[in-house]
Amino acid sequence: MSDAAIPYTVAIRPDTGLNNVKLGIWLFLSSEVMLFGSLFAGYILLRTGNPNWGAGTELVNVPLAALNTIVLITSSVTMVMSWVAAMERNLAKLRLFMGTTVGLGAVFMVIKAIEYHEKLAHGAPPSYSTFIACYFTFTGLHALHVLGGMCLNFYFGFPGAKMMKTNPQQFANRVETAGLFWHFVDLVWIFLFPVLYLLNFNTPAGH
Amino acid sequence: MEHIDATDQLDSHSQEELRKHVRTYMMVFGGLLVLTLATVGVKYMHLPVVPAILVALAIALIKGSLVACYFMHLISERKLILILMLATVFFFFGVLLGPTLTELNEINPLHH
Repeated sequence: MSDAAIPYTVAIRPDTGLNNVKLGIWLFLSSEVMLFGSLFAGYILLRTGNPNWGAGTELVNVPLAALNTIVLITSSVTMVMSWVAAMERNLAKLRLFMGTTVGLGAVFMVIKAIEYHEKLAHGAPPSYSTFIACYFTFTGLHALHVLGGMCLNFYFGFPGAKMMKTNPQQFANRVETAGLFWHFVDLVWIFLFPVLYLLNFNTPAGH
Repeated sequence: MEHIDATDQLDSHSQEELRKHVRTYMMVFGGLLVLTLATVGVKYMHLPVVPAILVALAIALIKGSLVACYFMHLISERKLILILMLATVFFFFGVLLGPTLTELNEINPLHH
């Protein structure tokens, strides 16, 4: 294995004015925007072309989804406070905020599981209707992102936090990068919430 | 807002900058909570379809902008990142609207 260090993880590249990590995460987030954009495009097409769209819209749980929105927004604040802690090189504070962020992510997943159980208990699996299929696809993909973010944040909050002592600058960059992903996940939910839960105007057309 | 890079020394100046950041985050947090309640409130006002869609998406857009600008530091980010995001937004709307606009003659209108 080569011992060559990866260049520009902390130092600024003269040509881009950024370190490679920052440019890399924004390029990745751009690809994520296109991924969710394609799903939203499919949703619009199915929504406008389906006269029986209403089937299953009555099953969404708006209060639980609103609670999940608040949980995720709060986790974004604790995430950004983790970055502040990394900048201050305060390990105890970092662990407190990262732990809270991961915990709030877990709360989000539990609430989501309750929602899924409600649908399935009502006899509404993804095959129930086009809307329910979209609901499970969107929220399932989003939940996978939440799970990925939780793993990342747990690593940087606990086993990976050792780097704060050896290379605090690079560690703060890593926490910021993990934060950018987490905020993106929050941002996606901000749009999923009205689209899936609030903008259902059709009366149920039956299964 | 001045962007703090991790390469900076954590001197008294950047400590003050961090305190400013924290104050901003708390204000943005409050704004996001109020807007979330407003979004849910609009749902129960039973507005007609088009105004309801416009209001809900406008609130989501404001909330999304707050998260991107302040939590993701886009407001103080380098020009290259801003150009990248503008290009992403352009292609996002292309992907979003392209299929629907090209299929307009084939699909039914919204059913109320």
